[in-house]
Amino acid sequence: MDTVVKPQYNDGVIKAFALASIVFLVLGTLMGTYAASELAWPFLNFDMAEISFGRLRVIHTNTVIYAFGANVLMATGFYIVQRTSGRPLYSNALAWIQFVALQAGLLLAVISLALGMLQGKEYHELEWPLDLAVALVWVMFTFNFTMTIATRNKEKVPHIYVANWFFLGMMIMITYLWVINGLSVPVSLFRSYSMFGGVQDAMIQWWWGHNAVGFFLTAGFLGIMYYFVPKQAQRPVYSYRLSVVHFWALMFGYVWLGAHHLQYTALPDWVGSLAAVVSLAMIIPSWGGALNGMLTLSGAWDRLRTDYILRFLIMALAFYAMSTFEGPVMSAKTVNALSHYTDWTVGHVHSGALGWVAMVSIGAVYHMTMKLWKTEMYSMSLINFHFWLATIGTVFYIVGMWVSGIMQGLMWRAYDEYGTLAYTFAESVSAMHPYYAMRAVGGVLFTLGAVVMLYNMVMTIRMAGSRQPALAHA
Amino acid sequence: MAADKPKNFQEWLERNVFALMLGTALMVSVAGIVEIVPLFYLNDSQEHTRVDESGNLMFPELVWNREGKRLFYKDESGNWASDWKAGDGVRPFTPLELAGKDIYLREGCMYCHSQMIRPFRDERERYGHYSLATESMYDHPFQWGSKRTGPDLARVGGKYSNEWHTMHLLRPQSLVPESVMPAYPWLAENSVENDFLGTKRDMSARLSAMKLMGVPYTDDEIATANDHIKEHTDMDALIAYMQALGTMVKLDDSKAYRE
Repeated sequence: MDTVVKPQYNDGVIKAFALASIVFLVLGTLMGTYAASELAWPFLNFDMAEISFGRLRVIHTNTVIYAFGANVLMATGFYIVQRTSGRPLYSNALAWIQFVALQAGLLLAVISLALGMLQGKEYHELEWPLDLAVALVWVMFTFNFTMTIATRNKEKVPHIYVANWFFLGMMIMITYLWVINGLSVPVSLFRSYSMFGGVQDAMIQWWWGHNAVGFFLTAGFLGIMYYFVPKQAQRPVYSYRLSVVHFWALMFGYVWLGAHHLQYTALPDWVGSLAAVVSLAMIIPSWGGALNGMLTLSGAWDRLRTDYILRFLIMALAFYAMSTFEGPVMSAKTVNALSHYTDWTVGHVHSGALGWVAMVSIGAVYHMTMKLWKTEMYSMSLINFHFWLATIGTVFYIVGMWVSGIMQGLMWRAYDEYGTLAYTFAESVSAMHPYYAMRAVGGVLFTLGAVVMLYNMVMTIRMAGSRQPALAHA
Repeated sequence: MAADKPKNFQEWLERNVFALMLGTALMVSVAGIVEIVPLFYLNDSQEHTRVDESGNLMFPELVWNREGKRLFYKDESGNWASDWKAGDGVRPFTPLELAGKDIYLREGCMYCHSQMIRPFRDERERYGHYSLATESMYDHPFQWGSKRTGPDLARVGGKYSNEWHTMHLLRPQSLVPESVMPAYPWLAENSVENDFLGTKRDMSARLSAMKLMGVPYTDDEIATANDHIKEHTDMDALIAYMQALGTMVKLDDSKAYRE
């Protein structure tokens, strides 16, 4: 096999995406930590419109999802598709255009959100010109990715690798969701109104909202998992059959869940009930997928003691399993009656976002850094340090939100012995203070970890850069 | 080995990227067709479209019948007036209220305040009658929200005076010491006639867009919409919007609006 000439991959653009993703990980978690601190210590709003909580929260979510998330997905997507198709990208130039367009768009996005140009739909805030720009970048990505697979050498690589299915599923569904949920009537360059109103708008919004999680933050990152876990563990995926079931069940099932965000609202009851039932059923494929990843390690569990990158990947799967269990529980009506509108939801999102999405991405980016720059990491012990910062930070965050969320829910519905409400709303707010502070601490730890990673990465790249000429001589 | 015939449909899909994409696209479409499309057709989706066994509308009174009536107009003394009275039924927002909703969107109020009361005893006592779908029928986009870092606002209209709201928005902690809400001093300084980056807020264009989506504004109203927000601040507009919330319909506890 060694005599076979390795195909030349287009790695330059992947390096750019990977580095950008970690820069945005630092920025995004920093903004999140600051927003969390504003809720604990409101003076931090400093009466400045641009950083007041309502806007900063949106800048934070957009930065972590569309800046960190998209950069990671594009880095790993292009990395995986070339290596599993045995050819360079269909168009390297297009990939670079996509890179530049994405970063420019993100800069405009942050500015426009800070100015308050918000569409008023959660996780779909960007006003219509940027909304269209995002769609365009996404179509570029989809096109380049698909064509790279389509033009592979079918003699040598007859099958499309499982990681790519998940990427393709994500691309199709996100295009579909983004376009439909984004349908709106512009009234100026900076303001548009959703084409849908009231209850229909609510359903379409959460059909989008939950599937942004289900496809962008789950399917895409499962694609990452299916490539990088086996690579890092140096073993094949535990079960091919399980991955087929996992894929189709996820594609079919996830889409039903959106309405569980609207339990007991003015949405017709049957829709929410249907969503809750399917949510419960989704535990099976989700856990199937998590097990498929974890059991890939069968017989090599001892690697977790020495391989810190593998630790990130496996911890990510543990959080994935945890939050895909928690989600269905929260979608059950009786639980939802308590948990909805509280911090429990925020905690749940972050056990997925920090524990699953960020951890699996971090593992993948560390893995790619060594391959792309053809070097060892500057410091392995810093990776271990990062691992513990990230894990402890996440645990602080979600434990804080569990306690505050459940407490909020219980306080709002508590009655005293005279049959009147036991607490005013303001009392429930002041009871949250210690947990909001605890969350901020969790955020600081997680952000610190991201800074450590950026430092480690930059030092690795510098080290590789200074070694390169020497290698060329040898 | 590549020349093998695919053993089954799955393997065939795994070899044909476009077929795989098509299969996936079909798979992800099912749920939307089952859960979303009916909401546009089923009478039960909104209370004012619900019919009884004999096919009669059950709650037509929830929506303001505006035939021949004016949502807003200038009376003889030059003040703004309306043919609509609180409780007459769901109506479109006036231009000032709609501009206020723009401010509500801009400041991201929705991320901490819901506008959707659930049918529970404690929510009833805290916020009022549970919300109906009909009440947000003209809401593009809807603002039900998903989080209550602060209280629900679906029926906040009329609960507090305009002066209270002004003081509260300028310094929430002066009225509610426990509050974690940011202060919004800039609202009192900005004219609501100004939109982003030096542009003017064109309410006529906004009303026209709403009309396009089925919100019943008259041509007269569209023409005079910009007058309606003249000499008002962002603060005035936001408060006008909040004071309208929940005041449109009078709900009757003896009626089961939903099944």
